[in-house]
Amino acid sequence: MNTTLRRLASVVMVMFLALMVSTTWIQFFHADELNTDSRNVRAIYAEYGRARGPIVVGGEAVALSKPVDDEFGYQREYTNGKLYSPLTGFFSLANGTSRIENTENDYLNGQADALWVDRLQNLLTGRDPEGSSVELTVDPKAQQAAWDALGDQRGAVVALDPETGAILALVSKPSFDPNDLASHSTKEAGEAYTELLNDDSKPLNSRATNWTYPPGSTFKLITTAAALESGDYEPDTVIDAPSTYTLTGTQTQVGNFAGTSCASAGEMSLADALRISCNTAYLGLAGELGADAMNEQSEKFGFGKPFSVPFRTDASRYDNDPGAMNTAQVELSGIGQGSVIATPLQVAMVSAAIANGGEVMQPYSVDTVRDPQLEVVRETSPTSVGRAVSEETANQLTDMMKSVVESGSGTAAQISGVEVAGKTGTAQWGDTSKTDPHVWFTGFAPADDPQVAVAVVVESGGDLGGQATGGSVSAPIAKAVMEAVLNG
Amino acid sequence: MSAAVETPAERTVEPTERRPARLAELFLLILALAAGITAFAMVGRSVTGELPGDFWPVSLLLTGIGVAAHVVLRLRAPWADQVILPAVVLLNGLGLAMILRLELADTKGAAAWSQMMYTALGAGIAILLVWFLRDHRWIRRLTYTAMLVGLGLVVLPLLPVIGREINGARIWVNIAGFSLQPAEFAKIAFAIFFAGYLVTNRDTLALAGKKVLGLQLPRIRDLGPIIIVWAASLAVLVFERDLGTSLLFFGLFVAMLYLATERFSWVLIGLVLFGAGALVAASVFPHVGARMDVWLHPFDNELYNAVGGSFQIVQGTFALAAGGLFGTGWGEGYPYLVPYAFSDFIYSSLGEELGLTGLLAILLTYLLIVQRGLRTAIAVRDGFGKLLAGGLAFVMALQLFVVVGGITRIIPLTGLTMPFMAQGGSSLLANWIVIALLLRISDNARRPSALPMRGMVAQGGAMHDPIVVGAHDGATPGTGVPVRRPAADAPSRGSTPSHPTEAISRHPDPPTGGEHL
Repeated sequence: MNTTLRRLASVVMVMFLALMVSTTWIQFFHADELNTDSRNVRAIYAEYGRARGPIVVGGEAVALSKPVDDEFGYQREYTNGKLYSPLTGFFSLANGTSRIENTENDYLNGQADALWVDRLQNLLTGRDPEGSSVELTVDPKAQQAAWDALGDQRGAVVALDPETGAILALVSKPSFDPNDLASHSTKEAGEAYTELLNDDSKPLNSRATNWTYPPGSTFKLITTAAALESGDYEPDTVIDAPSTYTLTGTQTQVGNFAGTSCASAGEMSLADALRISCNTAYLGLAGELGADAMNEQSEKFGFGKPFSVPFRTDASRYDNDPGAMNTAQVELSGIGQGSVIATPLQVAMVSAAIANGGEVMQPYSVDTVRDPQLEVVRETSPTSVGRAVSEETANQLTDMMKSVVESGSGTAAQISGVEVAGKTGTAQWGDTSKTDPHVWFTGFAPADDPQVAVAVVVESGGDLGGQATGGSVSAPIAKAVMEAVLNG
Repeated sequence: MSAAVETPAERTVEPTERRPARLAELFLLILALAAGITAFAMVGRSVTGELPGDFWPVSLLLTGIGVAAHVVLRLRAPWADQVILPAVVLLNGLGLAMILRLELADTKGAAAWSQMMYTALGAGIAILLVWFLRDHRWIRRLTYTAMLVGLGLVVLPLLPVIGREINGARIWVNIAGFSLQPAEFAKIAFAIFFAGYLVTNRDTLALAGKKVLGLQLPRIRDLGPIIIVWAASLAVLVFERDLGTSLLFFGLFVAMLYLATERFSWVLIGLVLFGAGALVAASVFPHVGARMDVWLHPFDNELYNAVGGSFQIVQGTFALAAGGLFGTGWGEGYPYLVPYAFSDFIYSSLGEELGLTGLLAILLTYLLIVQRGLRTAIAVRDGFGKLLAGGLAFVMALQLFVVVGGITRIIPLTGLTMPFMAQGGSSLLANWIVIALLLRISDNARRPSALPMRGMVAQGGAMHDPIVVGAHDGATPGTGVPVRRPAADAPSRGSTPSHPTEAISRHPDPPTGGEHL
């Protein structure tokens, strides 16, 4: 009987092998599919019952999970919801997740592959699994300064560290409070979401990263860059600056701001044209440079593609309406009107690139991810997107931007004791007889050792409406943000 | 030549008369208890944030059971396998921890303390069995009693008043408020009956009959017993609506028939008969067919939402998937979302919290017990012992296969329980009895015996009086001292010419190795 016993032992081995294979099949190979089955409430319980890691700004949690006595066990709370929601996004049982809560979900809930050692430790010690904390690059003072300075006006503020691309401030108004969406009552959260969705001011959309505006005169930086890079222009090259400019092939006459003439001689240096933001000079300049050069230069600054910061931003576009690109449109693009659209983030990136010697840095908002034992799990290292302009061009642009703040259209951005470089913008949109222009300011400081680059847009002139200019409304906001960063 | 005479003596495995200290068992037992007690503490900490209320009594009781069993084995079955007891204590402890965890999470029906009591009762019966049953061959005289008891137990759930149908399967009886699953005990009775019956009739079943296509077919009249068991199994399937129990009995019988007769034709006949029977049952009886549908298409929304549909197995699969590779950790998952997470589906509960790693460890622990049981069967000398040990080991493997295979959808889901882990008194008592029998048989298998062993010289000499001619290496013939080859420590003292080392080095036909040291 020993032969048959040995054979039976082999049969037993096969039976156990079958069980191991079937168990592995479910637990390993099919797990993802099963975990996402809509009938698996476990996934929801697990996600919402976990001690989710906090989102940290300047050492303080701006989003955290607090133990509560309900069926899930934890409630997500946002300490300053409206201020930080353009970054944090929301974490909602009824409506899903967005922004950092979405892109960093695997780290926040502790399920990222990189955290397997922690999970193994939790398994062995029986410790409650905890999510990792996500630390943002945001400077809380700059964020607050931007929020306060923007006041009740609609618009956005973006501040970057020009050297690294780290986002120092990201404000969008009107904003929403993610606490309203985090309610465990599906009904409450659902109603809050519907209300935000139907709000005409679109508070759910971040104006800083997912909203495009005509960049107006801030785009003259790119036109100037294209001119300097072409090799045919220097800052002191004299260009035509007529009182009005008739767009090629049309009857449309475009004048300068408030109908003034740029120079009595009808011509001026490129540097002066930027300093006083002379429209007619730039219309002609863009026509001279041509669509290809303009497009290429804007793409080098980051136009044409979305960024992951790590949540996805909208792409800015030089030729948003490619079919309509005629000479007149190219001329208009020179002053950031017509087919040009840009996000405030992109405009800030233009200033940051100039401040950084011409190199464009990938913008990012997550600095480090730490596990519950505060060990660094992931750290973002600054990466270059590419070079927009040569170092020489960057220096020339910096000098020109300095004069804008010193004696040009952006004097309101001056900070005592600090050299500030900048550019204003007043962008018309829609039916100009019925709308007030969006007003811009972008720049960086200190000009010789840049610490912060900003872009500010205030929709429809903000509180001043039709009287507003980039210099009067947006420059002071930019100043406040830059000061907050520089004064640390 | 002296060498030719000496060889048998040299190569004989010397049975030690000294009782093994069972230190390996003690060491493994400590590990098993540590795993179980740590798990009790962890589930409490996870679920309520403190040690569970029953922590100390449960821990001490489990330790007491382990130690008592160990001591009794030392005294009454010192040669018994040393791995089986720790493995069982480990499984029982982990099962208790999961039931405790579910009870702490207010899962309706989970009762850790009662499971602890049944564990104590089961282990107590096992200890008494090892103590009083000195020789497993005594059981052989119960062969036909066991058959009657077995059949009686199978029929019990069908009886009015005491029979109970739970979740569609009529495999329960309720006596004086206690629920019992008689099939758990019936499997032991059947194993005893089959062993006794087959050891007597194996030659007839094996040798009579024609040979067709290389298969030795049995005679028609010898088919009687297999037909009866087949019919009984199908009756269980149809009337008690339980594929698992039916498969368990029939599989046990076919396996033991094969063990006894060494004829593969029996296995083939058995499989064909059962397969055909099950297919007919599935097409004729709607409830069997419904189970098949659930098995084949569990994720179908209609079946998922149907009463008695696939909700449970789908949720169990979700639980397993949620566990992934490493599990959520004790007390961190949602095993209670699955109906009967503490009994029928304890496998998915363990899978959710301990992960694939934990389940593979648990499966390997079961495999260890089963393989030790089969090894016992190979080692034991009497045919009845071989069949009984082989049958009991196999029935445990088969039960696990039916349970886990049901949950992981290798076969349709059944109402059997996972031995030692699932909540249920009958299962615990019955499986502890199985373990007691296996330990008793393994003790008898390894106990030094006056009977000749394979490779031993039968008469007179090898064991106590090695036949040595010529006294070439200094051993005195006839003194009862076994021939000892010098150990590694010898050469340093090897200056005397008469020392064995020299004798060996001069040996014309060097021995093959220190087999007998």
